[in-house]
Amino acid sequence: MQRALFPALFAAGVTFLLTCLVIGVRLEQEGPTLTVVGADASTWGWIAFAVVVVFLFQLFQGPISRLKQRIPSADATGLLPGEQMRNRLKPWLFSLIIVGLFVWPFMVSRGAVDLATLTLIYVMLGLGLNIVVGFAGLLDLGYVAFYAVGAYTYALLSEYFGLSFWACLPIAGLLAATFGCILGFPVLRLRGDYLAIVTLGFGEIIRILLNNWTSVTGGPNGIGGIDKPSLFGLEFSRRASEGSQTFHEFFGIDYDSSHKVIFLYLVAVLLVLLTIYVINRVQRMPIGRAWEALREDDIACRSLGLNPTVIKLSAFTMGASFAGFAGCFFAARQGFISPESFTFIESAIILAIVVLGGMGSQFGVILAAIAMTILPELAREFQEYRMLMFGGVMVLMMLWRPQGLLPMKRPHLELKTS
Amino acid sequence: MSENLLDVSGLMMRFGGLLAVDNVSLQVKPRQIHSVIGPNGAGKTTVFNCISGFYKPTGGDVRYRGKAIQGMSSNHISLQGLVRTFQHVRLFSTMTVIENLLVAQHRHLNTNYFAGLVKTPSYRRREREAMDRAEHWLRQVNLLEFANREAGNLSYGQQRRLEIARCMVTEPGLLMLDEPAAGLNPKETSELDQLIMRLRDEQDISVLLIEHDMGLVMGISDHITVINQGAPLADGTPAEIRENPDVIKAYLGES
Repeated sequence: MQRALFPALFAAGVTFLLTCLVIGVRLEQEGPTLTVVGADASTWGWIAFAVVVVFLFQLFQGPISRLKQRIPSADATGLLPGEQMRNRLKPWLFSLIIVGLFVWPFMVSRGAVDLATLTLIYVMLGLGLNIVVGFAGLLDLGYVAFYAVGAYTYALLSEYFGLSFWACLPIAGLLAATFGCILGFPVLRLRGDYLAIVTLGFGEIIRILLNNWTSVTGGPNGIGGIDKPSLFGLEFSRRASEGSQTFHEFFGIDYDSSHKVIFLYLVAVLLVLLTIYVINRVQRMPIGRAWEALREDDIACRSLGLNPTVIKLSAFTMGASFAGFAGCFFAARQGFISPESFTFIESAIILAIVVLGGMGSQFGVILAAIAMTILPELAREFQEYRMLMFGGVMVLMMLWRPQGLLPMKRPHLELKTS
Repeated sequence: MSENLLDVSGLMMRFGGLLAVDNVSLQVKPRQIHSVIGPNGAGKTTVFNCISGFYKPTGGDVRYRGKAIQGMSSNHISLQGLVRTFQHVRLFSTMTVIENLLVAQHRHLNTNYFAGLVKTPSYRRREREAMDRAEHWLRQVNLLEFANREAGNLSYGQQRRLEIARCMVTEPGLLMLDEPAAGLNPKETSELDQLIMRLRDEQDISVLLIEHDMGLVMGISDHITVINQGAPLADGTPAEIRENPDVIKAYLGES
């Protein structure tokens, strides 16, 4: 206990200093001079509370961790169903989740559905980047470039040629995939840090190009008035454009703007389910195994007759195509896009989703995407501390679970005889 | 000429001013265990790298089944049926044992995206065959019980055996082993000994072997090539090599 006393005092002191400086005092302007103003009593109360908590935690760290070890793990207590039971329950659980995803939006507020749609976009982006970073082990810091390509593909095609969302979706995917392939070629020989720098540059090139090619992309003003997706030609607006019909007229119901929000959400759910299915299959296909093998050891890959060029390019191409789909949907949802939406911080957030979720783990990436989009929304009151919290969460995660929320599990393959 | 499986003649490899391999020739006949020995730094691994395409030889000819393969990329050479292991174990260590064997069979599998997405019958059949082949070789190297273990968690000797199994599932014609017994204990070495002979006798393949363990080399080789300082020193059966005064001098130094 005595040995813990000094570190505990020290930690409490540091906490006190930091909290005092951050929230205890602030500078205020009074005429030409600045004066230091102390916080009110309740804030000081909270600071004292924080200091006491830190002090006690540090002091009793030893007993606490010993206590934690004594608590048996969930598996040992038999509270969780066994392996076999879990496998039998899995399909039911999945169907329940999917049904829930479709029913849920009709019972909650419009804002919640809208936030869920945004989350689903990040899920799709996270899953796409997971192919490149998690499976193939190629650090890509410019992933947002493909997202931008997808978004601008739809925006431009719809503005200049009047193409619909559903026609543009595959085109956006293909075009983003082409860009992925184009980026793949020059970086084939690079790995690690060097690869990260080149991809970072590529992301910036795309953004700056969109910003400066004013005659086509509208530059920093962006493109507005992008059409929303339609349901088999039925529009979700109050009044139908020429030659088409609206959703509420067709079904003879009153116009409600939440129809549009829910429809967008359902489209996003479908896209995400498709993404999950495709990536799940691909992961167990020869090409998915080859990606992982390449991440582990590219020399061994070559000695076994695998062509690293083809494998790397396919990872870039496939990862980029999902960003293209996500971008196309993003443009349709926002109705307005500008290069502002595709800055480096977006790439960083998507990468953070992949790393926090656990590289290569699909379920982990989904959880991380949800956490990364919903937490900032919940913490809106602490607007100015958002980035601080973001950084804090990252540091804590990497200290406690460097392998991510849910690290990837190897598939168990059954042999005939065993 | 055509009776040789592998025919290397006048192989040269120069790194700047250093001539690492100087005019090395060797012929591997079908169903033979052919060893390459020599003191440390003699250029044995460089010869291997030249044959398997990891280096582009500066001069000379490499023919496999009569076909010139020098200068081809390593993955193409491997597809011809010439597969190698490395001096240091190079497994896909976070993947399971069975996945390691499936990756190696990439070219036997149906790699069509569409076929894999909807699991066409031909795709399923190929996957099944690959699993069976993997199972067969796991039994051969006595690793069946570890099939779903991560490769990196196996013991060193097991990793060595898995590496050989991983080469064998590609169904090679010539297996090139670079110091397979390095770091093994005597029991594991004698098991390896048995395994290599079984490969030759039961699988109809040739083995090209670099090894320092003289007991192993002399015991199982049909033919030995000795290299010293990049240049060929001697060539013959184990008995001839043992008696060769030049070889004794190179290994034991001038007396």
